[in-house]
Amino acid sequence: MTTLPRTSTVGRSAVARPLQYLALLAYMCFLAFPLLFLLSTAFKTPRELKSPDAGLLPEHFDLGNFSSAITKADLFTAAGNSLLVSATTTVLVTLVALPAAYALVRFRTKLRGLATGWILLSQVFPFILIIIPLFLLLKNIGLVDTLLGLVLVYAVWALPFSLWMLQGYVSAIPVELEEASAVDGAGRLTTLTRIVLPLLAPGLVATSLFTFINSWNEFFFALVLIQDPDMQTLPLALARFVGVEGQVQLGQLAAAALLACVPSLAFFMFIQKRLTAGLLSGAVKG
Amino acid sequence: MTAMTQSVGNPQPRARRRRRRLGSSGRDAWPFVLPALLPVMLFSVYPLVYGVFLGFTDAEAGLNVETNFNGVDNYIKLGGNELFWSSFKIGLIWAFSVTILQFLASLGLALLLNLDLRLRWLARTLALVPWAMPPVIIAIMWQLMLNPDYGPVNRSLEALGLPGGVNWLGDGSTALAVVIIVGVWAGMPQTTITLLAGLQAVPVELHEAAAIDGANTRRRFWHVTLPAIRPVVVAITTLDLIWNFNSFALVFVLTAGGPGGTTMLPSLFAYNEAFRYGNFGYAAAMGNVMVIVIGAILFFYLRGQMRRRLQ
Repeated sequence: MTTLPRTSTVGRSAVARPLQYLALLAYMCFLAFPLLFLLSTAFKTPRELKSPDAGLLPEHFDLGNFSSAITKADLFTAAGNSLLVSATTTVLVTLVALPAAYALVRFRTKLRGLATGWILLSQVFPFILIIIPLFLLLKNIGLVDTLLGLVLVYAVWALPFSLWMLQGYVSAIPVELEEASAVDGAGRLTTLTRIVLPLLAPGLVATSLFTFINSWNEFFFALVLIQDPDMQTLPLALARFVGVEGQVQLGQLAAAALLACVPSLAFFMFIQKRLTAGLLSGAVKG
Repeated sequence: MTAMTQSVGNPQPRARRRRRRLGSSGRDAWPFVLPALLPVMLFSVYPLVYGVFLGFTDAEAGLNVETNFNGVDNYIKLGGNELFWSSFKIGLIWAFSVTILQFLASLGLALLLNLDLRLRWLARTLALVPWAMPPVIIAIMWQLMLNPDYGPVNRSLEALGLPGGVNWLGDGSTALAVVIIVGVWAGMPQTTITLLAGLQAVPVELHEAAAIDGANTRRRFWHVTLPAIRPVVVAITTLDLIWNFNSFALVFVLTAGGPGGTTMLPSLFAYNEAFRYGNFGYAAAMGNVMVIVIGAILFFYLRGQMRRRLQ
């Protein structure tokens, strides 16, 4: 072996190559097949779904499932609720996490250790323990079965991770830029808004989208805190769709599930490169 | 502002100056951090502490019932509850199986994605997709896949001449295994990306040196790659273990703990106790036991870390 692969840890001998492609193909099938099946189910007619000799692909792409999923009142309401809750949570978390992340990185403060500990703890705690007192607390202040209650819980629950992500972005900004601005006579506020904020923008977008998706996907808190069908979020409505209507319309279910995935998938496609890079560097540091 | 001018003119070592620049003391940080701190104290710290406390009371749903401190009664009751023991056993089987399988599959995938194969970008994107999906939808998708009548899993088995018509999620002998596979599918992205990060941080020089010394691919994997990514491996498997032990949504939607309690994870069991039967104190006690298990896992992880540092 004269030339060494630059990034690989496994050689590139003639025998290994086809095997590697075979393995990659197998993985891709394992990852992609369930999705493709969901996709094809969503486009099939009910009759086709019941027929024992229907192929994997739908005979003709039928949009009926999508339209009936959209017009189904409870799914539509639930999607609206999810959107409202996720958007509000995102704004709230970003507004609160941004100054905190900045201060934790730039100031010499004992809070930093506390925050790090809390971020770690929030990752490993069983939610079942926290949900009972939280339920009681929200019940006492009349926020069970309200979207506001859900927003508060989601915001607090999303905060540690946002803080952690934002800290990374803040520390990536060279402090010399801020110093230069200070030397030029700019006050702290000017430095923050003119220098720090623009540089932080991409990180801010990634972080807030992350918060949005997490709230959009969340199930457990919503399950406990929301009983009123008019207040339920999309994951809740979908889960009940399966549970309650025993004989469920498979095609309609698949269509609704796909629609619920659209924001997350779009977001992940959008930030895939940056996310990978960010996580890669974060993991290496950690 | 005085702090700022001071430090700028101060020829201190760079690392120290960096922190001093904008605020000379921690007090300056408070107004920035307080808006985050207050809600966290109210909706996170307080419930946490209160939750631990509830585990030593006879609290029930229906708020007007008096809550009494009852010491270790809940734990004695738990010890005699066979369903609790079985849920704990199932929880551990689930957590360890998913974590180990997830690790092996993810390591394989990460090694492949680290090669410069064609279509790598597509594979990398695909590898992330399950991450973007809500657990509820992953569960629904796999229910469709595993549908005894129309699902492609049984269809493929029939096409291969094997007996189809298996009710994968409805049969107590297959449900846990199937749920584990779905858990692996859902959890692979994060583990894969983390391991990929570890692999990319391994200096190429190490491999070159080992290759010059005559080490073949397999030996290089065992003696260069694996030791180099060890910290990442230990960290991600420890976290996966804890996350999996705590997981709820996926299995709740897939089987709700059934059939016959064969997939009843501790979190599902505690959820039922609390929000179906209203036994808040009892369920909180279960939560406390889960915390102890997680604490034990963390303890072994941290002890391992310390030992490595001392060496």
